[in-house]
Amino acid sequence: MKKIDTSRRGFLVGSVAATAGFSLGFHVPFAAAANATPEINAWVVIKPDDTVIVRIARAEMGQGTLTGLAQLVAEELEADWSKVTTEFASPNQNVLRNRVWGNFATGGSRGIRDSHDYVRKGGAAARMMLVQAAATQWGVPATECKAAKGIVTHAGSSRSLSYGKLAEAAAKVDPPKDVPLKDPKDWTIAGKPVNRLDTKEKLDGSLVYSIDVKVPGMLNAAIRDCPVFGGKVKSFDAAKVAGMRGVRKVVPVGDTAVAVVADTWWQAKTALDALPIVWDEGPNAKVSSDTIAVMLTEGLTAEQAFVGNQAGDVKAAIAGAAKVVEATYSFPYQHHVTMEPMNATALWTADRCEVWTATQNGEAALATTADAAGLPLAKCEVHRVILGGGFGRRGMSDFVRQAVNIAKQMPGTPVKLIWSREEDMLHGRYHPVTMCRMVGALDKDGNLVGLHMRLSGQSILATVNPQGLQNGRDPVAFQGLNSSGTEGVFGYAIPNLLIDHAMRNTHVPPGFWRGVNNNQNALYLESFIDECAKAAGKDALAFRQQMLANSPRHLAVLNAAAKQGGWGTPAPEGVHRGLCQHMGYGSYVASCAEVKVEKNGKLKILRIVAATDSGHAVNPQQIAAQVEGSFAYGLSALLHGKITIKDGRVEQENFDTYPVLLMDEMPKVEAIVMPSGGFWGGVGEPTIFVAAPAVLNAIAAATGKRVRGGPISGVDLKPV
Amino acid sequence: MVRLNINGKQHEVDVDPDTPLLWVIREQVGLTGTKYGCGIAACGACTVHLDGAAVRSCSLPVREVKADQKIVTIEGLSPNLTHPLQKAWLELDVPQCGYCQSGQLMAAAALIAASPKPTEDEIIAGMTNICRCGTYNRIKAAIQLAAGDVKRG
Repeated sequence: MKKIDTSRRGFLVGSVAATAGFSLGFHVPFAAAANATPEINAWVVIKPDDTVIVRIARAEMGQGTLTGLAQLVAEELEADWSKVTTEFASPNQNVLRNRVWGNFATGGSRGIRDSHDYVRKGGAAARMMLVQAAATQWGVPATECKAAKGIVTHAGSSRSLSYGKLAEAAAKVDPPKDVPLKDPKDWTIAGKPVNRLDTKEKLDGSLVYSIDVKVPGMLNAAIRDCPVFGGKVKSFDAAKVAGMRGVRKVVPVGDTAVAVVADTWWQAKTALDALPIVWDEGPNAKVSSDTIAVMLTEGLTAEQAFVGNQAGDVKAAIAGAAKVVEATYSFPYQHHVTMEPMNATALWTADRCEVWTATQNGEAALATTADAAGLPLAKCEVHRVILGGGFGRRGMSDFVRQAVNIAKQMPGTPVKLIWSREEDMLHGRYHPVTMCRMVGALDKDGNLVGLHMRLSGQSILATVNPQGLQNGRDPVAFQGLNSSGTEGVFGYAIPNLLIDHAMRNTHVPPGFWRGVNNNQNALYLESFIDECAKAAGKDALAFRQQMLANSPRHLAVLNAAAKQGGWGTPAPEGVHRGLCQHMGYGSYVASCAEVKVEKNGKLKILRIVAATDSGHAVNPQQIAAQVEGSFAYGLSALLHGKITIKDGRVEQENFDTYPVLLMDEMPKVEAIVMPSGGFWGGVGEPTIFVAAPAVLNAIAAATGKRVRGGPISGVDLKPV
Repeated sequence: MVRLNINGKQHEVDVDPDTPLLWVIREQVGLTGTKYGCGIAACGACTVHLDGAAVRSCSLPVREVKADQKIVTIEGLSPNLTHPLQKAWLELDVPQCGYCQSGQLMAAAALIAASPKPTEDEIIAGMTNICRCGTYNRIKAAIQLAAGDVKRG
């Protein structure tokens, strides 16, 4: 093992920064603000060898935000793209520097769309300072100088200087007050399908993930939290494992968990497995999926519900309908199952606490660190790394709190806490469970003139962020179903509409799971629109087009997916198609799926064409990757994903009982990236909404059977 | 003492012989490119080569590995990203979060070593590692790209 012989404050972790020009945030000494290389501004550091380091505040978890943000900064900086690298901005420095990097939270597909303006200005301001530094040196007006590909040139005298030569002087130039930005149509780096900046280190094992962090003198911890949510530790018998090899300490973690600290993680886990723990399972020990289903079913017809979208008089429309269509749908709990289980390394002393972890929210992780450490924010640091998957799970800092809690009981000794896969499955932040009752009113011409969409189920905000509730109502429950706004508008013109939510919360901790409530909202709505089209005897595309006539962007992506998907043209023998559309996170998405169902009921999802209009497209190639990835994630849930509750706890503990989609089930994916300009939508999540509904609609076309909720595995799909 | 040959180097480690090979590689030997994902040989993030065959090291007790068996981890797959699969992975920008990719590459390397021009069905049958980011189509394309680059025999 290669030892890293350097002080704890400024050591390199692994070989990443040294080998591939990709610097990790934590090679910058803690609380020392990168004094070694002067920064031009908070976003841009340029080394004498012309290397440009772009600081990244948002998290990189595979979604490509790191590369996209670097493209935006480099574009305005007029940088030489081949010399651009990145490092993560420090949460501690963000506190000390009055939040100079803004928000670190990375969720809701906001990484780029919520920060494009100020990161571009950061790049532009740095360029202006470099130009001014050159102009001053040459004694010419800055207006006569031009920056391109990392070099400032004076046209009149043909003099030029590279950014690396100008950086030191530029750092002393007063930052400009007025910072104009380029018109996106003039982009040469942004908007282009460039490869990611973080790939090489992922191909030879050199990238240091949080789970790989090595701190001198570090011990390792394994943990068991009460499997029943809300339960506590009654007792544990540390003496039983105290003599086991490598074991250093057995510690309580809060009042709900116990951890074993040992020389290696395998020793800690082995001892933990042998540790007798008695639980006080608390008030939720009898809750099961069945009791939850009873509660949700009651909500489907309850008198009281929070209204999300309303128009006309839906009761009257249903009463006066030529035909009424009714259906009930459901969506089970899902687990994130990031490939890298939750983990964090913490070092606590009486005057400082440092954490190394994979987080989607560096600021929240820092706040949790400070709180658990009992220290002010300024005396804490969270060293950030690339995440081995996030999908919403790592927006939470529960594992950080545990790690700091353990480290606080071992002052001066760094401790790495790793959750086993089983611990990870049992202590997720689960995609909430919901049901939905749909009632549609068709007039004599087969027009959908009334729709009541009653959602019943768990609110994420009620647990995660109760301050976000509006008089008890969870606005996020209505994602993609809003009457107006820029986030997720219900595109269909239906004169009598009621969308309401009977909030039915459980003791199972919910969380934001890629796509969040759009997943079930799109599945319910887009399946039911097909059911209504069928009842009306109309084509599923024409039925939608008529109701989207006044929603041109919704209509445009739907038409694009339908056209490339071959809608209306003959499909190959035995192949059937399904369509859907939805808007969320500021983007418009639609898809057309092709499936085949064998006589024995075996399903094969052959192909999905997906269209995305995200307004601006910072990197079309990475958008295509997100389309493929979100389909894999969404179809995994549709085909296999179901977390169930028994005796108050999650029943699934690993991939054997919570199977996920593998290569054999992955369809061919064709991504249509069609940015219409003028707005900034997200891309990490939106296409996941249109994975499941298109497939369910295609299955209905293939089999005559309407599957009204996942998972499909176990459903008899033999055609009727 | 357990003796292991990893990436052409001899290692002597003082470890409980029941310890899975994965954790010996990560904790005693200090090579962290091989990942922990499930501990039950289901996800393949821990895939290494044992005498050329892909094995899931999380479920292989180190006592079952003989001192003269050749273990290759992702760090030993090639010098400087020169394996045809690494080149193809780079060209097609395969990884997203990247956590599973060490295992994917090791599984793919064993696959094309045994079958230099695998059919699509052979790739699908041979590649059963989990990727939650959903890079499967790019992995498949990269294997096909690399297969054109691999010498037969």
